[in-house]
Amino acid sequence: MKEVKVLGAGCKNCETTAHIISSRAEKMGVAIHIEKVSDMAEILGFGVMSTPGIVVDGQVVHTGGIPSFDDVDEWLAE
Amino acid sequence: MLNWFTDLADLVVFHFLEMDSGSKATRALHFFIEDVTKIFFLLVTIVFLIGFFRSLVSPERARKMIGGQSPWKSYPLAVSLGAVTPFCSCSSVPLFIGFLEAGIPLGVTMAFLITSPMINEVAVLVLASTMGWKIAVAYVITGLAVGLLGGLAVAALKLEHHVEEYVWKIRMGETTLPTTDSTLPGRIRYASSQVREIVGRIWPYVLGGIGVGAMLHGFVPQSFFLEYAAADNPMAVPVAVLLGIPLYSNATGVIPVAEALLAKGVPIGTALALMMSVAAISLPEMIILRKVIKLPLIGIFVMWLFISFVAVGYLFNAIFA
Repeated sequence: MKEVKVLGAGCKNCETTAHIISSRAEKMGVAIHIEKVSDMAEILGFGVMSTPGIVVDGQVVHTGGIPSFDDVDEWLAE
Repeated sequence: MLNWFTDLADLVVFHFLEMDSGSKATRALHFFIEDVTKIFFLLVTIVFLIGFFRSLVSPERARKMIGGQSPWKSYPLAVSLGAVTPFCSCSSVPLFIGFLEAGIPLGVTMAFLITSPMINEVAVLVLASTMGWKIAVAYVITGLAVGLLGGLAVAALKLEHHVEEYVWKIRMGETTLPTTDSTLPGRIRYASSQVREIVGRIWPYVLGGIGVGAMLHGFVPQSFFLEYAAADNPMAVPVAVLLGIPLYSNATGVIPVAEALLAKGVPIGTALALMMSVAAISLPEMIILRKVIKLPLIGIFVMWLFISFVAVGYLFNAIFA
């Protein structure tokens, strides 16, 4: 089970990002637990300022935008 | 080379649609087709090239570069990095907190936040390609000056107590952000993702701006602008800035509107003031910033921008008269 966090104040880009990750995981058959983090202290705690940011198993893998399908697949496959 | 887009619009409007060359709808449609093809072509090309050479700076890197510098360095650095750091307005809050947490003074942080939406290399290059280098350079210099002086004003007035208390308590974590792949395929992949990201985010504003520009171009007679927006009407500049305050568009999105206004004889200062006001201040942005700063500081922020955009308008109307 992979722990995925989407960091962002709840703007449209963050929603889209969470949606992309869930649908790619489903397609790949990878079990994930996805959580949307909108608390500023927690977002900055990860050292991230540009949202949406993505954290997979405690590691920041992406910041500042909607990720590409290829990138998401790569993070989920690792 | 940009004549191709005029030729293309000619071809569609006059040859395929066989529209009457004198009608209002023809003029509007011609403007629309020319600008949609031209601006999106420029946008995609410019964003790709910028992404390829990796001249975009992430907010996290900007924070590291500005933090710990003397005021002599941090203000110029903040406005120039503001110009090359693209971020979506929903990142303004974490960005604001992250800057203050790094010990960057409030004035420097505000200078960054004022400049960033107003100037970016994409908008400047589109502006230069459509309206010429002179206007683009004027826009950049005044935009940097407004950001710089605004930041200095915030610092001089010592407004730190208007920042929400919780902001000062947040501690930022250390992280090693994903490393960049600088091989050729890696650069191409990154540049394409930037095109998707940036064009994907701003296209509605650009299309909307072209639509408004086309309407102005086709349907509003020149006499209207000569009567109400000429340089000898001192009210034209403040009214243009006031109109732009609640409206929000991306800096690239207002270019077609300014282009149409200039062609109708609206003076350059008035057009620049409107562009800056639409790009820099907006109601949604103020609502977002309210999460970190109290109303008096937002009030001062908006007042400062209003006064400086009006000043920019009068200045350029006088210089280019």
